[in-house]
Amino acid sequence: MNDRFKMDEAQPRLLDSTGQGIIGTEMDRPDGRLKVCGAAPYAAEFAADRMAHGVLVRATVSKGRVLALNDESIREMPGFLGLFHDGTMLRNSAQGMAGEAPVQPGLRVDYHGQSVAVVVAETFEQARDAAQQLAVRFEAAEEVEVDPETAEAIELDEDSSEQFGDLEAAMAEAVHTVDSVYTTPGHVSAAMEPHASLAEWHEGNLSLHGSYQMLRFNKKELADSLGVDADRVRILAPFVGGGFGSKLGIGAEAVAAAVAARELDRPVRVVMARQQVFDCVLRRTETRQRLRLAADEDGRLSGVGHEDRISQLPEESFGEPTATATHFMYGGKNRLYRKEIARIHRTPSGSVRAPGEAVGMLGLEGAMDELAEVCGIDPVELRLRNIPDTHPETGKPYSSRSLAECLKQGASQFGWENRPAAGSRREGQWYIGCGVASAARSNSLVRADARVTLSADGAIVETDLTDIGTGSYAILTQIAAEMLGLPASKVTTRLGDTDLPGASGSGGSFGAGSTGSAVFLAAKKIRARLAEKLGCDVDSLTLKDGVARGGNVEKPLRDLCVEPICEEAGITAGKLGDDYEQASFGAHFAEVAVHADSGEVRVRRMLGVFAAGRILNVKTARSQCIGGMVWGIGSALMEELGHDPRTGHIITRDLANYHIASNADVPLIDVHFIEERDDQSNPIQSKAIGELSISGAGAAVVNAIYNACGVRIRAFPATPDKVVAGLEALGL
Amino acid sequence: MKTELTVNGVSRDLDLDPRVTLLDALRHHLHMTGTKKGCDHGQCGACTVLVNGRRINSCLTLAVMHEGDQVETVESLGSPEAPNPLQEAFISCDGFQCGYCTPGQLMSATAMLEEAKEGWPSHVSESLSNPGTLSDAEIAERMSGNLCRCSAYPGIRQAIARTQGDAGGKS
Repeated sequence: MNDRFKMDEAQPRLLDSTGQGIIGTEMDRPDGRLKVCGAAPYAAEFAADRMAHGVLVRATVSKGRVLALNDESIREMPGFLGLFHDGTMLRNSAQGMAGEAPVQPGLRVDYHGQSVAVVVAETFEQARDAAQQLAVRFEAAEEVEVDPETAEAIELDEDSSEQFGDLEAAMAEAVHTVDSVYTTPGHVSAAMEPHASLAEWHEGNLSLHGSYQMLRFNKKELADSLGVDADRVRILAPFVGGGFGSKLGIGAEAVAAAVAARELDRPVRVVMARQQVFDCVLRRTETRQRLRLAADEDGRLSGVGHEDRISQLPEESFGEPTATATHFMYGGKNRLYRKEIARIHRTPSGSVRAPGEAVGMLGLEGAMDELAEVCGIDPVELRLRNIPDTHPETGKPYSSRSLAECLKQGASQFGWENRPAAGSRREGQWYIGCGVASAARSNSLVRADARVTLSADGAIVETDLTDIGTGSYAILTQIAAEMLGLPASKVTTRLGDTDLPGASGSGGSFGAGSTGSAVFLAAKKIRARLAEKLGCDVDSLTLKDGVARGGNVEKPLRDLCVEPICEEAGITAGKLGDDYEQASFGAHFAEVAVHADSGEVRVRRMLGVFAAGRILNVKTARSQCIGGMVWGIGSALMEELGHDPRTGHIITRDLANYHIASNADVPLIDVHFIEERDDQSNPIQSKAIGELSISGAGAAVVNAIYNACGVRIRAFPATPDKVVAGLEALGL
Repeated sequence: MKTELTVNGVSRDLDLDPRVTLLDALRHHLHMTGTKKGCDHGQCGACTVLVNGRRINSCLTLAVMHEGDQVETVESLGSPEAPNPLQEAFISCDGFQCGYCTPGQLMSATAMLEEAKEGWPSHVSESLSNPGTLSDAEIAERMSGNLCRCSAYPGIRQAIARTQGDAGGKS
């Protein structure tokens, strides 16, 4: 596609003047009925004639080599078909938007849990047994660094280390300061559907049913991994059982299935066991963050410092952008950032929901709470005082920013003014307290194409975007229905197939804005053709309930598209992405109860107020926000990846040991949206939402713990042992 | 091993490797993929089905142990053309996002409402007999064996609360 629209200037708010009235509503998901009936097919649920089953085999050393790997120990087992471990096996999943193969290390082992082979048999049970009985000999390196705190291989990330003014001087001169170290443990996405792929070859062409988020990129990654032309690869992912970053890039099971299927000349399905998902899909790095804040007597910031240490495998490119939000949230002319990367041999790190903000704002918003305390200023007021007019480092204007409104409206709805003084409210054995934190998530626009076809039967939307639970089916249906004046029941949205126009993919909260804009632009082209057929100016065209009106003419839409009208459109980022600081904002409020004896923390209520430009579907948007806030509860109270200190091996490698929030951990959560349009973001005036609500959420919970009982937790998560130790230190 | 199961009221004859779990018998052998595999270790609840009316994790039990048992799966509740009231409530309350844990949530909720009707108490019940209409805290407690990483918990509970009394009856 050569004529992609470039977002160089603000576009008219066409979706505010169309007449169908479906955009923004609480429309139910069109895919809902399939999902609640178990009739939506996920990757492992496709089958093929003569399909064989593959099970991955992992490395059990942290660094070294495979010395001996052959099928001698298993070749006589019933149903055994083959053992594959050639140079194509992936060390780890590709990083998001890589578009090329990740490292294929051959016999080299870089971390404990790396996939080194796949065993294929007639049935799943036979393959699993053979994989477990396979004798593999490894050579282990004598010295291996697995702990980021003690590692000697520490690299300064110069691109992420910069300063403005003189933070040291600002700290020395400030009336009030905070200088605190926060730590966050590793996290994982833990999407409910484990990674799964079914590979089939036909005359040199590969068809892969997979569970992936960004098909346009995944197709290239898979082709590159296999050494075939991308035109020969098709990936299908109509339903994806959650992603949260873990399915951004092609993974070990896809390449293993494709290699085995090619060698055996029959379809092969490889599904990762839950433990393998933990082992060899990218984790979120642990972080150590030093936050420094310098303020005058009124709490106005003169300096902000955010230094962090993260970890990653040697030579793996991704680095958690911990300080992303710190750059643009609050003012203060003296600023310092410094990032260290510990090069260690653990499962490599990558994107987990809201890389950067999700953990960076735990530090920043915790430190802001500490500053409010030392200044004696209400934490909401402190934040309001420090909202800068323009980006404090680049001077760029914000495209739209309703942070103050979110904080104020949230405070009012939550009853913030009734917040007790720290440690003053007790109900039986429970201390009760409230906390606040700001939310922010960067917004971006990623190249996306879509096709819309209007015929007498209705409209069809086609793009290779995925719906990973985010609501893509719903919002793309609504955009097309709104633009073409059709009830949603007359629009069919087809997703998750690389034979369709290439979308942005689902990642970085840019799927809806980017691919939604492509659908909008394709439908807009159809509107122009309808106006032409009706003989009116496009600006006077109204489309509603299947009727076109314009220039005193009225016709049923179906009469104008006896010959189907098909249009493709695409969008890419433009000048406005550079000229404006673009982010979504919000505010979290939490009330917790802390048990005086056991240190148990219960979240009793939680409110999130968010502004993310145009809300395309208030129901799916609310669900995204609730989801993020629950992840905030998880990161505040329980989520913690544990590693064996000797080997770096993940020891919390299942859902009994890696604790995510369950029903009983979560109150009924209130979410409100501030009406906003962002003319600089994209032609539909929406902004990032999927990751906005996790950003800062956990800080509100931990700040509430402080308000409840006076214990300041800086080492996430706030497990009972830490709370009890804090209470004891206070003599409580 | 030859095994006969009754699945959603239909008798099914199977000849299975004894290592096949009830979950994999449903998914791989009967091609009923509504029941999901999230962890294969009884930790997430995505595979919840009813066996003789009781909710269980079908990944934790072998199919051959269920000779003659009555198994009910999500496919028994309703169809996309005619979902049952609980399924309808999940849709309107947006009690799911990716949908992968949803069949397990629905089967768990269906059995849980029956348990409550029969007067089973839970950890948070104030009385050991007759919990009556379930509060939000009761529903949350009784549904905590079913994880949802999209974290649609509030919508799930609202959908169940809305359906109380009907007990997710078949459409």
